[in-house]
Amino acid sequence: MIKLTLRNIWRFAILVFLQIIIFNNIQFSGYINPYFYIIFIILLPFETPKWILMLSAFLLGFSIDILSNTLGMHASACVFMAFIRPFVLQYISPRDGYEASSLPRIHYYGFTWFLKYSVILILAHHLFLFYIEVFTFSGFFYTLSRALLSSLFSIIIVVFSQYIVYRK
Amino acid sequence: MRALINFFLKHYYFLLFLAFELFSVFLVIENNNYQKSSFLNSANFISGNIYNGLSNFNSYINLYELNEKLSSENTQLYNSLKTTYKSNKISLLEIYDSTYFQQYVTTSAHVINNSVNRQNNYLTIDKGENQGVYQEMAVTSPTGIVGIVKNASNNFASVISILNTNVHISAMIKKNEYFGSLIWDGKNYKEITLKDIPNHVNINIGDTIITSGYSSIFPKGKLIGVISDFEHEKGGNFYLITVKLSTDFKKLSYVYVIGNLLKQEQKDLEKTSEND
Repeated sequence: MIKLTLRNIWRFAILVFLQIIIFNNIQFSGYINPYFYIIFIILLPFETPKWILMLSAFLLGFSIDILSNTLGMHASACVFMAFIRPFVLQYISPRDGYEASSLPRIHYYGFTWFLKYSVILILAHHLFLFYIEVFTFSGFFYTLSRALLSSLFSIIIVVFSQYIVYRK
Repeated sequence: MRALINFFLKHYYFLLFLAFELFSVFLVIENNNYQKSSFLNSANFISGNIYNGLSNFNSYINLYELNEKLSSENTQLYNSLKTTYKSNKISLLEIYDSTYFQQYVTTSAHVINNSVNRQNNYLTIDKGENQGVYQEMAVTSPTGIVGIVKNASNNFASVISILNTNVHISAMIKKNEYFGSLIWDGKNYKEITLKDIPNHVNINIGDTIITSGYSSIFPKGKLIGVISDFEHEKGGNFYLITVKLSTDFKKLSYVYVIGNLLKQEQKDLEKTSEND
């Protein structure tokens, strides 16, 4: 348990670092920016108490905000994403539920399950983020296209990272 | 009472979500008001130092290009030195008079954090109040204007880039001095829109756009860019002019911070006339 907590704290720090140093500097054609750090919320264990889920999502977004001058934007998007996570997990749960001591990873529940899970969460986060950034619905489709293109990149990176970093 | 407690226990997750979400949105709105100084920005100590280290590394990679730029700028400066001009004066007497005095002070700074992909972009520079950089000073680069200082801490300052949908800057067409305001539409970081130029003005593609100097922040005549396209505003009497920025915001490295020594005087005067 303690080991798992420590590992998640490490992951938190490393992901914030990576996002600021590398992913914030990746910009395809001026406006596609992958947000990889949200994989932290995706990978939290199933049994995480809801208030810890919410609090860590807020802190995650808040750290990114402070470091990239977007106070409140990432925090609100992350909190929203954390809020819908339990409902998404319930919605796509396998027929006999989640096994004890398993983690929401590609190795436990397979590619399709993980893809479905991360697509829903990442789309929710990105749409929320991009609309709160412009803070208006004028230019609705332009913002939508930015959000969708960025989501696509984030999803690809998140899914690939599962094969690169984590071994069973 | 018990019913109330039960209600909170039952819906604590949703209430917690609501609390966090409202707090975050409050932060967004609070921070959107860009004149307000905020403490939690990239000019603060921790993030300032992180970005400083990062940009030290980046500037190493760009050294070649930077040297080119600096040397071309040096040449320009040498050319403007007094010693390079031959005097036409007939009299040998030098006259010192008090009609000239300094209005603008310039400090050079290094950009340590920058973005072009958001709707509201900011930069961080490595000079702060200890080095004489204060709020509302103008920031320019050798190739054109960059932005306005928003907050300054002791050793860092955050700068609102002109690539920010909240910023309006007074600009004019160099050849006929008609002025309008510059607004970024949040799309292409190479272009900016100039509005409020009346329809009867004669403009051409390639005309130079400079700062007007009316705002007390930017000195008059700083380069912004050239007209790349223009059209008539639908149903209006004004042009919608697309200006190609002369500064490449993705490659910003060294900038100049320009302070106007007479700003307070101008502002006070304008305020008294507004109150009348």
